[in-house]
Amino acid sequence: MFAFCQDPSELETLRWLACYLTTGVHFSFYFSFIKVLGILAVTAPVALAFGFLGAMAARSRFIPFSAIGKSYIAIVRGVPDIAFFLFFVIALDQAFEWLRHSYLCPDWEEPIRQGTDFIVCPAAKLPLGSAPEVVHEAYAFGLAVITFSLVFGAFAANVLFGAMRAVPRAQLETAEAYGMSQRQTFRRVLVPQMWVYALPGLSNLWQVLIKATPLLFLLGIEDVVYWARELGGTKTARFSDYPHGDWRMWYFLALLLFYLLMTWGSEKILNRIMLRLTKGQATAGGEAQRKARPA
Amino acid sequence: MSCWDTIQSYAFRSIGFGERLLPRSDFTLCEQFTLIGSGMLWNVYFGICALLTGFCLAVAVAVAKNDSRAFVRKPAEWFVFLFRGSPLFIQFFFAYFFFLNLKGNYAFFNPFTAAWLGALIVLFLNTAAYSAEIFFGALKSIPKGDVEAADAYGLTGWTRFRRIVFPTMLRLAWPSYTNEAIFLFHATTLVFFSGFPAWQQRGDALYYASYFADKTFNPFVPYPILAFYFILLTLAIIVVFGMVNRRLNRHLPTERHPRLRLRPNLVR
Repeated sequence: MFAFCQDPSELETLRWLACYLTTGVHFSFYFSFIKVLGILAVTAPVALAFGFLGAMAARSRFIPFSAIGKSYIAIVRGVPDIAFFLFFVIALDQAFEWLRHSYLCPDWEEPIRQGTDFIVCPAAKLPLGSAPEVVHEAYAFGLAVITFSLVFGAFAANVLFGAMRAVPRAQLETAEAYGMSQRQTFRRVLVPQMWVYALPGLSNLWQVLIKATPLLFLLGIEDVVYWARELGGTKTARFSDYPHGDWRMWYFLALLLFYLLMTWGSEKILNRIMLRLTKGQATAGGEAQRKARPA
Repeated sequence: MSCWDTIQSYAFRSIGFGERLLPRSDFTLCEQFTLIGSGMLWNVYFGICALLTGFCLAVAVAVAKNDSRAFVRKPAEWFVFLFRGSPLFIQFFFAYFFFLNLKGNYAFFNPFTAAWLGALIVLFLNTAAYSAEIFFGALKSIPKGDVEAADAYGLTGWTRFRRIVFPTMLRLAWPSYTNEAIFLFHATTLVFFSGFPAWQQRGDALYYASYFADKTFNPFVPYPILAFYFILLTLAIIVVFGMVNRRLNRHLPTERHPRLRLRPNLVR
């Protein structure tokens, strides 16, 4: 990176560190933080959308819909933590391959499950065996996003379902009295008002989502945990220009600080949003704001 | 090998008794049930020990966080923020490498790099922080009248805390604390997936479940078995905590008992 990095063994501490922290692998490490932010940026809206659909289905008057919505919420929330992640990624992967298999290779004779192996025809492999490395990584990343979204979608569905029921009945009745249809009431009255009830739950969920991102490591993605372990491990002078002892502790300390910063920052921001949303609402918070304002 | 033989050789495999070699091929349902169940011993051990020790620290931290003096309150606030604001997964990794470093310098820290002690310490501190937040919330919502009545009776300091504040706090916090307990037991599955190595393949339930899933490429058997065990465990916790809840509220009319509401959570 810098001109003085030609021979690291002769540098004094500060310059050595500057060179060390700007090696190619370290940029992969920094890029993995972007991956974490990326998965947050993609998962949060998708999970919210899933949650919205789930909540709408759960409160539908049409019984099959409400059964689907409610069981989606119940099943995902009932199964304990990371087992779900480990399970879902393999299950989704096999489901995709199986679907492609039945579509692309209808003549395939052999069974898919042979003893302990799961075998589909080569054309149905996902990603294709010949695909470049990037596609493999993107596919793994995509599976992770879907898994995260499905799981957090169920939690969001639960929060939104509760929030929709928390909107005062009188508000909806007023809307009906004005002659609004079911759909209009939902769009114009229920949805705008529910957010203030949903926000505490959603912000909690967001914090949990941030803290769930290291589990990407378990899904086989080269994320922050992977790189911290790689880079922190003891390096001898034979294999690296920057030999050092076991520094994994310091790398994980950095990760710890990164996550603390993330949760601290989002708490501040979410508090702001809450203040904005409570404005003029018929809740205790809104009332307190009204009283605090000078007349 | 009959199922009974399997149980005999693998029921305590996770703590080092019985057959040394794990099954390598032709996995039967019985083997999966037995080994995953055997791994549950670790989850139960971690959960119970962390819960009991964490409870004591949590009460102390909650009281400290409720203190008006800043030099008592601030450390408690920082402790809670540190452990609630970062992922448990990273905490495990950090603690493991931290202990590994210490071990290099002082022989005293040898046992700390093993899961049974090192991971337990992390779980203990972690659950203490989460529970402290629950207890702190309960302390804040103790009815004003209760404390005023205690003052009127001339109760002060330790007596007032022991006879009025603590029981009321516990009663108010109990439904949330039940959830925290369930959550803690779920969190124990992370131990062997973080830095802590499973020595001689003595792992917890998830360790064996993923062993089977890896060997058979079939997640549809071991993970549901794992879920089954966890549902049993969760039910057991609910029963025990429900009994405590009834006892804590026995002076109140039944309809005013706070109901235990299961609010499953995901990752911490």
